[in-house]
Amino acid sequence: MNRIEPHIPGGCSVAGILNEKKGFIKGEQIIKMITVMHERSNGLGGGFAGWGIYPDNKDDWCFHLFFDNEKSREFTEEYLKHDYEIMKKEEIPTRKVKVIDKRPLIWRYFLRINREKKNEFYELTEEDIVMNSVMKINEEFEGAFVVSSGKNMGVFKGVGYPEDIAEFYRIDDYQAYLWIAHGRFPTNTPGWWGGAHPFGLLNWALVHNGEISSYGTNKRYLEGFGYRLMLQTDSEAILYLFDLLLRKHNLPFEIACMALAPLLWDEIERMNEEEKQLLKAIRMVYGSALINGPSSLILGYKNGMLGLNDRIKLRPLIAGRKDDLFYLSSEECGIREICPEPDKIWAPKAGEPAIGELKL
Amino acid sequence: MKLSFLYPEFQVIRDESKCIQCEVCVRQCAFGVHTYDKDEKKVTSDNLKCVGCHRCATLCPTQALIISRYPQDFRENYNWRKDVIRDIFKQSESGGVLLTSMGCDKEYPIYWDKLLLDASQVTNPSIDPLREPMELRTYLGNKPEKLEFSVKNNSQATVNYKLLTKLSPQLELETPIMFSAMSYGSISYNVCLALAQAAKILGIYYNTGEGGLHKDLYKFGKNTIVQVASGRFGVHSDYLNVAAAIEIKIGQGAKPGIGGHLPGEKVSKEISETRMIPEGTDAISPAPHHDIYSIEDLSQLIFALKEATCYTKPIIVKIAAVHNSASIASGMVRAGADIIALDGVRGGTGAAPTRIRDNVGIPIELALASVDERLRKEGIRHRASIVIAGGIRNSADVVKAIALGADAVYIATSALIACGCHLCQKCYTGKCNWGIATQDPYLMKRINPDIATERLVNLIHAWSLEIKEMLGGMGINAIESLRGNRLRLRGIGLTDTELKLLGVKPAGESL
Repeated sequence: MNRIEPHIPGGCSVAGILNEKKGFIKGEQIIKMITVMHERSNGLGGGFAGWGIYPDNKDDWCFHLFFDNEKSREFTEEYLKHDYEIMKKEEIPTRKVKVIDKRPLIWRYFLRINREKKNEFYELTEEDIVMNSVMKINEEFEGAFVVSSGKNMGVFKGVGYPEDIAEFYRIDDYQAYLWIAHGRFPTNTPGWWGGAHPFGLLNWALVHNGEISSYGTNKRYLEGFGYRLMLQTDSEAILYLFDLLLRKHNLPFEIACMALAPLLWDEIERMNEEEKQLLKAIRMVYGSALINGPSSLILGYKNGMLGLNDRIKLRPLIAGRKDDLFYLSSEECGIREICPEPDKIWAPKAGEPAIGELKL
Repeated sequence: MKLSFLYPEFQVIRDESKCIQCEVCVRQCAFGVHTYDKDEKKVTSDNLKCVGCHRCATLCPTQALIISRYPQDFRENYNWRKDVIRDIFKQSESGGVLLTSMGCDKEYPIYWDKLLLDASQVTNPSIDPLREPMELRTYLGNKPEKLEFSVKNNSQATVNYKLLTKLSPQLELETPIMFSAMSYGSISYNVCLALAQAAKILGIYYNTGEGGLHKDLYKFGKNTIVQVASGRFGVHSDYLNVAAAIEIKIGQGAKPGIGGHLPGEKVSKEISETRMIPEGTDAISPAPHHDIYSIEDLSQLIFALKEATCYTKPIIVKIAAVHNSASIASGMVRAGADIIALDGVRGGTGAAPTRIRDNVGIPIELALASVDERLRKEGIRHRASIVIAGGIRNSADVVKAIALGADAVYIATSALIACGCHLCQKCYTGKCNWGIATQDPYLMKRINPDIATERLVNLIHAWSLEIKEMLGGMGINAIESLRGNRLRLRGIGLTDTELKLLGVKPAGESL
């Protein structure tokens, strides 16, 4: 598999569904949502992420991994053994789907960090240790790629239409309280499964439709905080920006969104003095985190789901609600397909996040 | 009288059929090129005195004058070029150090001209700045790495959080361009006034240079950066406190490593009051600050100035771009500088020794790239903004500078050209026929401060519009998304080493 994938811009479809009471949603629901938007992808990438899918191992870090071959698997496993206790490992079950070819080896590992490792890096949080492992494997281990690395969640993705990817990964066998999905329309030939969406890191996963004009600025900003951007894709950068702002800087979701898609200076000038100072400070300090250019994205995380557009809404995003369910979709049809009569359906404004959170 | 081997540099070609003997040229030339011969009733010209400033040709009412290169060159060859021969003749006649003015004009690479910009096509829409917002506002100063908030518990509020982090003082610019340091003394009062007025209208800043601040210009304090240089001319509490920011000048791109010299003849009553030195005495800036012999001394001066102004203003430290700029800049940031100003080898001056101007320093593009990269590597880029100076000629240079990593640029030569400067490089003579680099009241009057203000405002407006067009083309609607975005630049005709130093890919290579 070709590790360094050239930058792939393109259009896409995104979809997500959350049960705010943490009730389970069958995999086929998200498959229907993303499949109805078939036209928005071109068969060169599709994927799903689900939260709550591994209740039996919910406290273990679950790594989904792609390997080129048995050798890279053994090598990576040696490294994992060194830093983690492997609670369980298995090949991720798949079906035979004719159109899905050139598959990597696809495995999942349930891991706990060794006591020695924790002692060695006493200044780091568990999340930091896991993130460092992910960065190390993705950058340094030839033929190995960490697809997701959260707890009680996982990313399933590859090259193909989303419906074929779903069939391949047996998504219909899983149930989750939160699903996100992606259908991809890249504008050149994809070489590699790792480049498909969602992008996962720790408990975050992201699907994204867009191409950000600020990638170079965002990338260099992230590198200053120890992130290594291997894939040269915007979506990876956006995921890391969320991780930086929400986890490392501990910003509230609304504030993080104001940093990623800030209000215009004209709008800020019209606010009261206290709010003006706050918003000015966000733009001054987090200017390099601004996601500029067309994008609509869905971020899934342990406690909810967030939809966000760029600050002048150059790509579509629709949100909907029905009882305990919160939906996000590139197009309204994605929501209507499984929920013909939602209580509420709306188009979030440019830069204004649509957030659904678990209410327990 | 000793024989001079020098030929004229320029010749005045007068079309006698057009000349009406009005003597405009006679009155306009402070170098005494043109004289009226009463007996002959005819204006004649002395080519030897001509500096090629084009004042006479521009103002001649009948376009009777053409100033061209003098056709008779020295017997030059590839090694012994005419400028080399001329300088030897000059020095063998005078025995002195050669002086010149403005920026280095030698054939070193201009990297701005070897960088190309990106634009969006299909997969990413370009943005039309006439229809969509396009933001150039820039803040300069030390910024915290992150912000902290507390929940406000007020559901009425648009933003339900309170900002806990206190920010350092910042300069707010409506467009990322400022007027660079030019002292009162090197340029006339009217030009200082025009720069101040323009800065105020534009929502940007001008820089006093090291000559102090004329008492009548204190009212522009909110748009003024005051300089503290090695001579400490005109530095006092009111001067520091009236300004928006204070710049410690360590070095200047046109003359890295050396000080400055304003001859006593130029120290008029007004200049003497402003600089706080006796009338008619030479104003000499030492090469180093004599209280800064190392980085820890710089830190002391930075904090002395912060104390003197109660931590209300950002402190800029300006250095010339030299080989080791990156680690010097890192030291400056750690010493407490809020803004770093880098002045490249093309940077202008009112007076500098020719050999220094033309041979010391490095191109600003390379210095900028290395400083920005170093500060990022060390994780301290947020602690200081980077402002660059030295040969910024147009809006494309500005865009490329910001993409390389600058927060804003300083311009000076471009601003003077807007006011009428024709780049004759004779500022050091004090005889500027355009009324810019002179203290002669007769010449100074030639700058109408209001017209000069309007021309400066026009220039910056025009550049800002062009910057917005280029940003829109790249699909960017806020300048901060261009900052350090080297992926939107491509190098053309550069070696691998140059590409590496600039941190850009060659033209033709995709992301």
